[in-house]
Amino acid sequence: MGRFVIRRILQMVPVFIGTTLIVYVLVTQMGGDPIQNLYGEKPVPDNIRATLTAQYHLDEPWYLQYWYYFKGLLQGDFGESIQQGRPIAELLAEAWPETLKVAGVAFTFELVVGVIAGVLAGMRRGSFIDNLVLVSTLTVIAVPIFVLGNVSQTFLGQEWGLFPVSSTDDGFISYVLPGLVLGSVSLAYIARLARASVAENLRADYVRTAKAKGLPKNRVIGIHVLRNSLIPVVTYLGADLGTLMGGAIVTEGIFNIPGVGYQLFQSLNVEDGPAVVGFVSLLVLVYLITALIVDLLYAVLDPRIRYE
Amino acid sequence: MTTIDKTAAVPAPRDGETHEGPLLDVRDLHVEFRTREGVAKAVNGVSYSVNAGETLAVLGESGSGKSVTAQAIMGILDTPPGFVTKGEILFRGQDMLKMSEDEHRKVRGNKIAMIFQDALSSLNPVLSVGYQLGEMFRVHQGLSKKEAKAKAIDLMDRVKIPAAAARVNDYPHQFSGGMRQRIMIAMALSLEPDLIIADEPTTALDVTVQAQVMDLLAELQAEYNMGLILITHDLGVVADVADKIAVMYAGRIVEQAPVHELYKRPAHPYTKGLLDSIPRLDQKGQELYAIKGLPPNLLKIPSGCAFNPRCPRAEDICRTDVPPLAPVTEQDGADLPGRGSACHFWKETIHG
Repeated sequence: MGRFVIRRILQMVPVFIGTTLIVYVLVTQMGGDPIQNLYGEKPVPDNIRATLTAQYHLDEPWYLQYWYYFKGLLQGDFGESIQQGRPIAELLAEAWPETLKVAGVAFTFELVVGVIAGVLAGMRRGSFIDNLVLVSTLTVIAVPIFVLGNVSQTFLGQEWGLFPVSSTDDGFISYVLPGLVLGSVSLAYIARLARASVAENLRADYVRTAKAKGLPKNRVIGIHVLRNSLIPVVTYLGADLGTLMGGAIVTEGIFNIPGVGYQLFQSLNVEDGPAVVGFVSLLVLVYLITALIVDLLYAVLDPRIRYE
Repeated sequence: MTTIDKTAAVPAPRDGETHEGPLLDVRDLHVEFRTREGVAKAVNGVSYSVNAGETLAVLGESGSGKSVTAQAIMGILDTPPGFVTKGEILFRGQDMLKMSEDEHRKVRGNKIAMIFQDALSSLNPVLSVGYQLGEMFRVHQGLSKKEAKAKAIDLMDRVKIPAAAARVNDYPHQFSGGMRQRIMIAMALSLEPDLIIADEPTTALDVTVQAQVMDLLAELQAEYNMGLILITHDLGVVADVADKIAVMYAGRIVEQAPVHELYKRPAHPYTKGLLDSIPRLDQKGQELYAIKGLPPNLLKIPSGCAFNPRCPRAEDICRTDVPPLAPVTEQDGADLPGRGSACHFWKETIHG
């Protein structure tokens, strides 16, 4: 187990270098002009252009630029945003708590509601609740998230006033509706995954054994069926955690939440290379770490899996 | 602790016998499966009984209803699609089909236990064997986790699993096939039930291990004076351990007899066919006998005797009348206790 973890962490190093390099090159070599973006339509004074070009090494070849960037990264310095002129570490520190709150709501929502709906549907296949789960999850999966976001914002927020419409001024309640929207699609997948898994495991031989042992029904379901059924769900949840953190560009945009997705989108628009790479690098790290945690959790849930 | 109060209604074994008659008495059991394709009649009037310390072997092809009967006795039939439509299952004189679900559950595992065919898939892959064994004590006797584990180790010792204490936390996949089947047996034995139903306990094992497992089962059965229903299609296994045999075909018992008499003088053409299809050393090189045709489709069981399309003796009456399970006698009419055959021509088969 220990060796497996060490190997996985070592594997992260080339993956991290590779992804940051690719993202850096793509963003800085797109051919835009980040300095011009600072001034919009107005001309950039020559002396300012010269200073900024020197400051951000914009006249040097891409591999040198990346090298300067990576050197800073190793010392914990994410560099400075061209657009805002502030340290990127500061931007990250502002954006992450916002995203974590939205992701936290989404994750809790999809885990609790998704698993419960899936287990109930799987236990009573063909029943009303099963059909309800199937139809509603299919609808959620089929509708694009920006439609879902805008519709719920319009009705739940504006029309009926159940939730704040946008921004984060009202404290925790501001994160609830964005979280529900963000988690809804994954919830649908989790419910379907849990349903299929429970339905399959209910027919398993060891469930028949558990019944033959005279175990009460809640023990048969709660321990023997559920333990086995949650393995695929956990795998999905782990992969989803990374997506929730980074993929909330649309949702954060709709609800005007200054989180990672929102900032990333802004930085991309103005070709703010260092800022984009900073955000993406951290996302890459989050993905790598959640993937590792899922793999370890997998071995805890299923003893047939052993890492050597 | 409520477990003990409740089950007091069913007398405990080996002490203060209050119930007369057989331990388990199945009477005219009918089970059907209602599927989209139609109603499959899996069991059509099966009756058999087992006494304490006795071994009944139930013999038959796949789909003959032997496992379904066992599942009906255990009350673990999947409903739907399976339904018991008629009959009685008397355990110590009490009809289990009339018990409440909770009463029935407390009999399961506690008084009647079952051993399944494939121990790898029948044990939960993600729970340790110690946990799965200990569960019996925790649920039925209310023991703590720790006490249950100690009991689990005892059980593993009793079924001769080496280094039981060290292996109690291992998972099913870490054991060999024979050891896994021993764990299944230990689980069935854990609460010292009155009756064990073993559903093809050795089918998934290789021949040397088969013998070991059967010996162990026979030994423990004698030790606890348990009734045993052995479901199998292996005629070799049956001859060694069973006291009496019931041969099933298409959900019906077609012949029953004390074990050695059945081998000596079968009274049903189907039994005769089964015995003839055992490979024999003295007939080496000859073509092996096989019963022609296929087992019947349970959705469309042939009219009359279900075996008639495959039977070498079949005549018109076989296609119209269902033969009842009639007592079999000697040629001079002398009684042959425990023998019966559901064939219009049993006389010709046994004596001819």
